[in-house]
Amino acid sequence: MTTIRRLLALSGMSQSRVLLSLALAALAVGFGIALMATAGYLISRAAEHPPILALTTTIVVVRFLALARPLARYLDRLASHDLALRALGRIRATVYRRIEPLAPGELDAFRRGELVNRLVADVDALQGLYLRGIGPPGIAVVVGSACVAVTALLLPQAAVVLALGLALAGIAVPLLGARLARHVGRRRAAARGEVAAELSEVLRGAPELAAYGREDDAFARIAAADRQLRRLGRRDALVSGLAEAALALVAGLTLVAVLALAVAAHDAGTLDRVLVATLALLAFSSFDAVAPLSAAARELPGTLASGGRVLDLVDREPSIADPPNPVAVTSAPTVALENVTARYGPDEPAVLEGMSLQLEPGRRVALVGPSGTGKTTVTNLFLRFLDPARGRVTIGGRDARALRQEDVRRTFALAGQEAHVFASSIRENLKLARPEATDDELLDALRRARLADWVESLPDGLDTLVGEEGGQLSGGERQRLVVARALLADASVLLLDEPTAHLDPETAQALVADVFEAAGNRSVLLITHRPEGLDLVDEIVSLPAR
Amino acid sequence: MRALDPRLVQRARAVRALLVVDAVLAVVVALLVLAQAVLLAGVAARSFGGASLGEVAPSLVLLAIVVVVRAAAAWGFEVAGRTAAAAVVSRLRLDLVDARLRRTPAALDGTQTAEVTTAAVTGVDALEATFARYLPQLVLAVVVPLAVLAIVLSIDPVAAGVMLLTLPLVPVFMWLVGRHTERRARERWQALALLSNHFLDVVRGLPTLRAFNRGGVQAGRIAEVSDEYRRTTMGTLRLAFLSGAILELAATLGIALVAVVVGVRLAEGGIGFEAALTVLVLTPELYLPLRNLAAQWHASADGAAVAERMLDLADVPFAAPGSRPARLAPIAFEQVSFRYRARPVDVLQGVDLVVEPGETVALVGPSGAGKSTLLSLLMLFSEPTSGRILVGDDDLADVDPRAWRRLTAYVPQRPTLFRGTVADNIRLGVPDAGEGEVRLAAALAGVDDVLDALPHGYRTVLGEGGRTVSTGERRRIALARAFLRDAPLVLLDEPTADLDPESAAAVAAAVETLREGRTVLLVAHRPELAERADRIVRIDRGRAVEEAVA
Repeated sequence: MTTIRRLLALSGMSQSRVLLSLALAALAVGFGIALMATAGYLISRAAEHPPILALTTTIVVVRFLALARPLARYLDRLASHDLALRALGRIRATVYRRIEPLAPGELDAFRRGELVNRLVADVDALQGLYLRGIGPPGIAVVVGSACVAVTALLLPQAAVVLALGLALAGIAVPLLGARLARHVGRRRAAARGEVAAELSEVLRGAPELAAYGREDDAFARIAAADRQLRRLGRRDALVSGLAEAALALVAGLTLVAVLALAVAAHDAGTLDRVLVATLALLAFSSFDAVAPLSAAARELPGTLASGGRVLDLVDREPSIADPPNPVAVTSAPTVALENVTARYGPDEPAVLEGMSLQLEPGRRVALVGPSGTGKTTVTNLFLRFLDPARGRVTIGGRDARALRQEDVRRTFALAGQEAHVFASSIRENLKLARPEATDDELLDALRRARLADWVESLPDGLDTLVGEEGGQLSGGERQRLVVARALLADASVLLLDEPTAHLDPETAQALVADVFEAAGNRSVLLITHRPEGLDLVDEIVSLPAR
Repeated sequence: MRALDPRLVQRARAVRALLVVDAVLAVVVALLVLAQAVLLAGVAARSFGGASLGEVAPSLVLLAIVVVVRAAAAWGFEVAGRTAAAAVVSRLRLDLVDARLRRTPAALDGTQTAEVTTAAVTGVDALEATFARYLPQLVLAVVVPLAVLAIVLSIDPVAAGVMLLTLPLVPVFMWLVGRHTERRARERWQALALLSNHFLDVVRGLPTLRAFNRGGVQAGRIAEVSDEYRRTTMGTLRLAFLSGAILELAATLGIALVAVVVGVRLAEGGIGFEAALTVLVLTPELYLPLRNLAAQWHASADGAAVAERMLDLADVPFAAPGSRPARLAPIAFEQVSFRYRARPVDVLQGVDLVVEPGETVALVGPSGAGKSTLLSLLMLFSEPTSGRILVGDDDLADVDPRAWRRLTAYVPQRPTLFRGTVADNIRLGVPDAGEGEVRLAAALAGVDDVLDALPHGYRTVLGEGGRTVSTGERRRIALARAFLRDAPLVLLDEPTADLDPESAAAVAAAVETLREGRTVLLVAHRPELAERADRIVRIDRGRAVEEAVA
């Protein structure tokens, strides 16, 4: 309950919009129920053979309801989707504002790549908050009570039966359905994961399996995993339609009970004969108000779980903050790690231990070592995405913690294998480093990264879109674009984190040589596990394997 | 309305069985719908005429039974649908694996492996919805309205006339609306996906944004972009939802028209109360299955797309394998060209290359030049688009592929370690090899020290969920496979790429041992590997050029 309340606050849904949307939805469902009940009344009343004029009012009501029901439903769908989209936009902006100071050092999401996708999927899932969490129960309560109230006016004992039926169909059935679905879902997810694992392994390794004559064995393994999934599927089939069937059963039996009560009441003289059919149709149609609850109950737990994860992130306070009285940064400073020990959390193992490294203005230093030895952590420390657990990071001789984060980051320009290329144009990607840069400056940076000729040969030039994650670029083009961006930033220290990853040796050597030439009098820290470029540096620092 | 892909019906007995079960259940449901209306109207009418509860009790009991059976039938629909869905999906999945594994193991490139896995595992949801919901609903939407119309016609032709007047509107609207909605809905989801992608892009790029001091600016941008998309999306939705509203209007108007027309005729004595009430109760049942069908439209569209994709992937065209016995002889590529499916240009363009027995030939050249493709063709994973590969006097295409592969040991650039122990992974080509042989192969590949140092030695489990090993170790385990296989022809694809100098040296040493007495064709970037070959052949822009004799 608190999760829902906090998520609602996070989404900033305005109360009036929620009420409007609820009212429209309730009207739509209510009109539908009223249409059937009134039509039943019309027929029953007509059976008394009154003059046609006496039916006019009822006929007008029936026609009105027939027109009003689709209209209200239409407006309701628009209002609820507008609400969900507004909420989503608000949540995205808020979540972004909260996680921005945490990234990347304090967010697990960035250290285990797939978690970023889950974070975004979690936020996306919150658009179901209204459509499943508030809408269906709200409508059920409002419309269901109205139906019971109207029934109570006509025949109190029938109202009791209807209330019981609605409660059963609106609370017990959805809860039972959701429970079964969760149980089934967990088991199936496991079996499905097994098939997916087998499949992706066998498909990836298909050439080797064929090469070594093992394709029949592999096929048999997949077939076995698939058989297991199918067996589960058969078992689940029995459970899956149960909630819907139970709803139909409860609605039908309530109809029979209300009809029986109405017949008895009319026989006893306490109910007008015109109302027997009317009551039966009203009772039966009332279940339209609770029908969507089963689906909502199935899906809401997932939405809330997503919401819980999002709230955990939003609650996190960044440990890195600007000092109250920051000191200024000197231009072209010496930057250094002094006996630094670093870890990504108090309980996590040290990634670096007692590490020292000094980079004087204009010097070129290579940091080498096998993967997993904390090379990237060095860039995180310099950029102050992470503070050392022991020791200190200095910029111009001053502890980085005494400086403003913005000033620290202005000192460095980062070009790395993990540098992000945005799904935008070449121009937008470059301008990130210097928003006010002119086209000439952009082209100059591209020239220094040996990419200008290529860009100028493109029909759209700087406006060429690079695709998601720079997918429209080749590996070499992407790396050079990242380097051009770093050169454009005009920082005094260039951090190159594996700039030649995934490149063939010839291309790699050419790129490193070009960057060193373009770096001019900047200091350069080249982080690499490959031999290319090591002949061009002043000093090589090795990280020991751990 | 979306028809089923005939290939699917043809392929899966389960689909045909499902269609029969659905048809039977639909007839049962139609009968129950009619019975429910007749019983309900009968009870109300007799009560109207003054009957007591006792007099109508048998009808009420019957009505209760009808209700129970109707719920059971609805359940049956779901059970039948899901069972059939599981069977169909399983059949499709196995066909797909069969196609990839036994016919064209490497005809498609790597990106499609992920696509196939996704289609075969997650795409299933969409297919399941098609079979469990859309298909039964389709049958219901045909059977129930027809049954309702027939009975109303027998009760009161005028009411049936009114129904007939509105009913054709529904499918016509649905057809119009469906075509329209489909496109609109796709646009809508695209807009939503775009929005989500923008957010994903920004979040993924957060470290980069912060490194350039641009993190804060983006918060406003996100709100702006979200609002922009909301406005355009709402514009689309206004039209998309309109079609749904019109469909609903047809249904509510139908109910109102029938109620009014029948009501007026009833007041004038043209029809009895029981008949009028029966007709009224039946009217919503006329439209309900059609509306439910429309609601399942998306499920059907998604499911059809998934099924089509899976069928396309499973129905890969391939030539019948050859049957001539395999033997090793001089290998000659004659004007061999190759083009990947759905690519505009040939990777290989008329390659001529001869490999003599006992020779080591290094293939060099820029990435993407077609070196790996050459090895794939020699492994019979694919056939040349034109030209031929001769082994002695035999065209390789006529040789039994399994027998031919028994003469080879193949190490791809990124070897796959399968789930299982280290020993089983080395045994891939010789499943019954003893432990001593496995250890000897590992020693020859220079990986025995590493493997002995693992926590469970050769019984350490590798692959997904198991222990991960470095790229260099992975390569050397794959080389151990090749040693154990002890085949006369060895194909190695970039055994030292992306390795640090020490690992590369260890792999190069292992390759040197492997050369002894074997024919070796190896793709190499690094000079230290290529220089030791007897010959170096440069593959550039799809052609082979003899470079130098070492």
